[in-house]
Amino acid sequence: MAKYRMHLLVCDGTTCHASQSESVKNALQDCLELNNLENEVKVVSTGCFGYCEKGPIVKVLPDNTLYVKVKPGDAEEIVKEHILNGQIVKRLLPTESVAQVYASEGKTPFFDKKQIRIALRNCGFIDPENIEEYIAHDGYQALCKCLTEYTPQQVIDIIKRSGLRGRGGGGFPTGLKWEITAKVKSDQKYVICNADEGDPGAFMDRSIMEGDPHSVIEAMAINGYCTGANKGLVYIRAEYPLAVKRLKVAIDQARAYGLLGKNIFNSGFDFDIELRYGAGAFVCGEETALIHSMEGKRGEPTFKPPFPSEHGYLGKPSNVNNVETYANVPVIINKGADWFASIGTEKSKGSKVFALAGKINNVGLIEVPMGTTLRDVIFKIGGGIKGGKEFKAVQTGGPSGGCLTSHHLDTPIDYDNLIAAGSMMGSGGMIVMDEDDCMVSIAKFYLGFTVDESCGKCSPCRIGNKRLYEILDKITKGEGTMEDLTKLRNLSEVIKDTSLCGLGQTSPNPVLSTLDNFWEEYVEHVVDKKCRAGSCKGLMKYIIDAEACTGCTACARACPVNAISGERKGPHFINQEICIKCGTCMEKCKFNAVLLQ
Amino acid sequence: MVHVKTIEDLKKIKEEFGKRIQVSGKNFDPEKVVQIKVGLGTSGIASGAKEVMNFLRDELEKRNIEALVTQTGDMGYSYAEPTIEVKLPGQPAVVFGKVNIKKADEIIERYIKNGELIDGILPTNYMTI
Amino acid sequence: MELVKLTIDKKTLEVERGTSILNAARKVGIEIPTLCYLNLDGLNIENKPGGCRICVVEVEGRRNLAPACATEVTQGMVVKTNSTRVLNARRTVMELILSDHPFDCLVCPKSGNCELQSLAHRLGIRDIPYQGEQSTYRKDTSPSIIRDVDKCILCRRCEMMCNEIQTVGALSAINRGFMAVIAPAFEMNLEKSPCTYCGQCVAVCPTGALTEVDHTRQVITALADPTKTVIVQTAPAVRAALGEEFGLEPGTLVTGKMVSALRELGFDYVFDTDFGADLTIMEEGTELLDRLTKYLGGDRNVRLPILTSCCPAWVNFFEHNFPELKDVPSTARSPQQMFGAIAKTYFANQLGIDRKNLVVVSIMPCLAKKYECQRTEFSTDGNPDVDFSLSTRELANFIKLANIDFGALPESDFDRPLGESTGAAVIFGTTGGVIEAAVRTAYELYTKKPLAKVDFEELRGLEGIRAANVDFDGLELRIGIAHGLGNARKLLEEVRDGKSQYHAIEIMACPGGCIGGGGQPLHHGDASILKARQKAIYMEDQNKTIRKSHENPYIIQLYKEFLGHPLSEKAHHLLHTHYFDKSTQIVIE
Repeated sequence: MAKYRMHLLVCDGTTCHASQSESVKNALQDCLELNNLENEVKVVSTGCFGYCEKGPIVKVLPDNTLYVKVKPGDAEEIVKEHILNGQIVKRLLPTESVAQVYASEGKTPFFDKKQIRIALRNCGFIDPENIEEYIAHDGYQALCKCLTEYTPQQVIDIIKRSGLRGRGGGGFPTGLKWEITAKVKSDQKYVICNADEGDPGAFMDRSIMEGDPHSVIEAMAINGYCTGANKGLVYIRAEYPLAVKRLKVAIDQARAYGLLGKNIFNSGFDFDIELRYGAGAFVCGEETALIHSMEGKRGEPTFKPPFPSEHGYLGKPSNVNNVETYANVPVIINKGADWFASIGTEKSKGSKVFALAGKINNVGLIEVPMGTTLRDVIFKIGGGIKGGKEFKAVQTGGPSGGCLTSHHLDTPIDYDNLIAAGSMMGSGGMIVMDEDDCMVSIAKFYLGFTVDESCGKCSPCRIGNKRLYEILDKITKGEGTMEDLTKLRNLSEVIKDTSLCGLGQTSPNPVLSTLDNFWEEYVEHVVDKKCRAGSCKGLMKYIIDAEACTGCTACARACPVNAISGERKGPHFINQEICIKCGTCMEKCKFNAVLLQ
Repeated sequence: MVHVKTIEDLKKIKEEFGKRIQVSGKNFDPEKVVQIKVGLGTSGIASGAKEVMNFLRDELEKRNIEALVTQTGDMGYSYAEPTIEVKLPGQPAVVFGKVNIKKADEIIERYIKNGELIDGILPTNYMTI
Repeated sequence: MELVKLTIDKKTLEVERGTSILNAARKVGIEIPTLCYLNLDGLNIENKPGGCRICVVEVEGRRNLAPACATEVTQGMVVKTNSTRVLNARRTVMELILSDHPFDCLVCPKSGNCELQSLAHRLGIRDIPYQGEQSTYRKDTSPSIIRDVDKCILCRRCEMMCNEIQTVGALSAINRGFMAVIAPAFEMNLEKSPCTYCGQCVAVCPTGALTEVDHTRQVITALADPTKTVIVQTAPAVRAALGEEFGLEPGTLVTGKMVSALRELGFDYVFDTDFGADLTIMEEGTELLDRLTKYLGGDRNVRLPILTSCCPAWVNFFEHNFPELKDVPSTARSPQQMFGAIAKTYFANQLGIDRKNLVVVSIMPCLAKKYECQRTEFSTDGNPDVDFSLSTRELANFIKLANIDFGALPESDFDRPLGESTGAAVIFGTTGGVIEAAVRTAYELYTKKPLAKVDFEELRGLEGIRAANVDFDGLELRIGIAHGLGNARKLLEEVRDGKSQYHAIEIMACPGGCIGGGGQPLHHGDASILKARQKAIYMEDQNKTIRKSHENPYIIQLYKEFLGHPLSEKAHHLLHTHYFDKSTQIVIE
């Protein structure tokens, strides 16, 4: 078998669809064959380089040269100049600034570093079930440092100075939260890890627990030291069996190594952790509901204040942070508050993990510095929209976030900017929509989720969201009126204004943000009875193109409600009064005569 | 097993860990052995990573290749699961996506044995700390 | 005490730190509407889940509206209770609640007495713009209580009562979102649940979701039957509350008018449950002395303390929760049942009629009495000792139904012989009353000396658990009192663990005792009503010439002519009972 002296890496045509990398790849292959180089040099397709605007990208190994915006016509030059003559094709190198970055990083094979992995630093690198590998990656050094070198207040000050804010959605300053819990006097306190990741589409907490459970354990112990708690509880959903298993293994190992238990690092500090299982209710991610669930009560929120920091689990002061927040802590201790605070924006420090989903090429987990723009996330890291379609909206913040449009693409992502734009950070779900998505249906979809997940305690959330859903349903069926749109807005605003907990206070966001950003689509549904995305079946009708119809009767025979009539070998006709819009006729027609309008 | 009590204990574990890799009683020199990490997060497992891992372990042994196959968490490339990272001695690690049994076989035969890159490499596009 | 200065609707005021916006506003005459909120001041009963969101107000600097009931005032707070934003939100929330509520006000048992209806009226709701699906559930009828939870608005008052105050745990929120509702676990029927029928859920329900089973029709049918002699007994707490239903001030005693009304309704004899109460004291007091003497004599087979047994919800409670203690309470039947047993034997004999042709109706402040009179052990050959039990509310409706002008009625006296009673019997209607009545009699029977002072102030009050020592001529009788089943549970646990310090304990299931019973006119959260009723009860006692049960001449006559002596075999047969272990009866179908 041939042993190649060179590799040409070309980003995959299926992801970089719009940039024709497939043709580039073929052209390179052809050129190589033309020059009898096919046994010396191999063309390999790769995943996304994360710099799609500059695609297609060709990378030459082993010399690590990177060519951008390569066209099929450039193939010959690359082969002749670079491979045969050993001369770099300068005009295809990245722009000056990018080239500088590239040069400064020297050895690293790829130049674009939009992502920085802090919370995810060990995910996908270490064996999560091997504590020694975690220790080999500087694990438990932060705990050691805290226990042996710092007072609790000093640690709290470090966290405060770092600017870390809660990654579960609220964005409350973490250090301040710790300080409040630390200051409350009590015989017993608790450290609680909120691992009830409820946003559909978000799975960063799961991935951290599966990939780096010790980072959470270490951070919880640090928090226990700061707040004066010797008991940690992880509230984890039972639907995360692997995360549960790995956490259990990690806790056992930490105990075995003396990193949990009595007198940790000879400091006199005792700390241990237990797991509590959630049954998967979305609202149990709300901290008071979470605590009630742990206490064996109905998982529903109670009015704050008192906050859990003062009156938490079993009435004792409890510090509640989520998984991702904790995962940042050991790094902050090890690398310092200033280092962490140097990343991100003025009010949102550090990085944030996002789960990219929807109509985006690179579905997955990413972690970017706060302040990265939506555009960078979606187009540079996410690889752009699937199938080269038009970007329409991105929904951030989980089911109760808002839908942002192309106007927001250059907004730097941080807590405050997202709220100002009518959405929120949430736990970091990011769902991308394209031109095929009907925004009314999207709003209805999210409302369907909150209707299901509302605990039912307060009237606006329990009944209001249901009514919102019903009105949206009516609109998608073509039965909406302009008055309904007024109702939608009033109801949404009242639900936000009057609901008891964060769920109801944010659940109308998808409605309000789509009303704001896609008003004309609502009006089209109501006035023109038209769904531009073609997804609202109630607004579509099937018709038969008389010219294309051959009168084969296949559609008429298949129609479950006998809505189709017509003579054999003559054009057929669909009675719209009877048609239930099931689409069977369209499926059965061999002549593409059935059209959806 | 050590009962960790000081920073020195941690450092010792860290140093030792880099020097030796032990799998089922055998000592490996990390500089001479092929190291493979399989992304065994829920997304990976759901798309068949466990089967791939078993295949790699069995086949590498059968084909007499000194290799260490370990599990790791989610690498983040959900669109390309299962993902594996292969590090040949003295070379930078390469991540392959959408690895099924067929692909795993190809990776052994062409990349591990011959150093020949194959389709489906996932470029690392992030900095880590 | 730290004072906080704030402004509400441009009025500046100073209140104690910890005060809610709702209570602060009340101090300056601003009544913010509420729905789920309930506060029985002085009884430690408060419900403020912050769930209905009717009381929302605007607080300057706050992002969203704040529930006035649950938000504490802060220094310099500026509150608006009637801004356009607040009024719109409040109206919209109310419209939403109504959009998920059946529109059958005209035939609802709560119509005219419904807090939701009053609020809709107050807020001027004229249409429901947000129409949609309504949540519907199975209707559940138990011997005492009907659950029609389509009408439930999730105020959680019943849940609070059932769990926090009564610790019964029959009702709690189940399901979630739009289908969330208050129900027994697994949506089983109330009858299969550990429900005691105390009726406190009914007493606090703002809507028609929880109501009593109405037996008025059966009573009307019996009254119309010429072959039946229909007699009625009225419990002590009824006379202290019935007037409220006719617009009289809470605490107005309407004993005489009530008797007249019952006569007008066609009852053949109007008797008094108080007669049964005096009889209870004879039996229970004697039993107490019997047990006490044996115990003091060193008999360790005798268990102390003795617990009163006249409250049927309490009996249900210990049968469900403390079956291992079922030999601890007194075996004496409740006054209602003692009355029934005597009426259908002694009195039926006097009239010379078959017990089947004698219909005994009781008027009770209680819903558990409906269940109690249906217990099989209280019937002979399938004929119950008490045929029907009506609540105070049902009687009021019955009087209205019969076009009787209650206010204009003359006062009249109960019939003899079963209408004669003492002041000791009257105070059965309030917490502490039964034990005081028992002490009055037991003291004299034990010491053989007349009481110097009939009033035992140390046993009175509204504290949930009270304790007092009574000097029985050298013997310190240690007495405990609990009202509310949660308080009862605490004393019961002490008894179970062998840590109880008492000789005798009085327990009433309802907070306040029978004056706060589940069948009384609705207090709508106004605790002053309960206090006024209690005052009236003690006033009635004061006004009685005979104030000790053993001095009731008709009781003396009853023993002479019929029963022999307290704890006689006949008394045992007719006036005592036994208890059942119901702890395993929770069946999930």
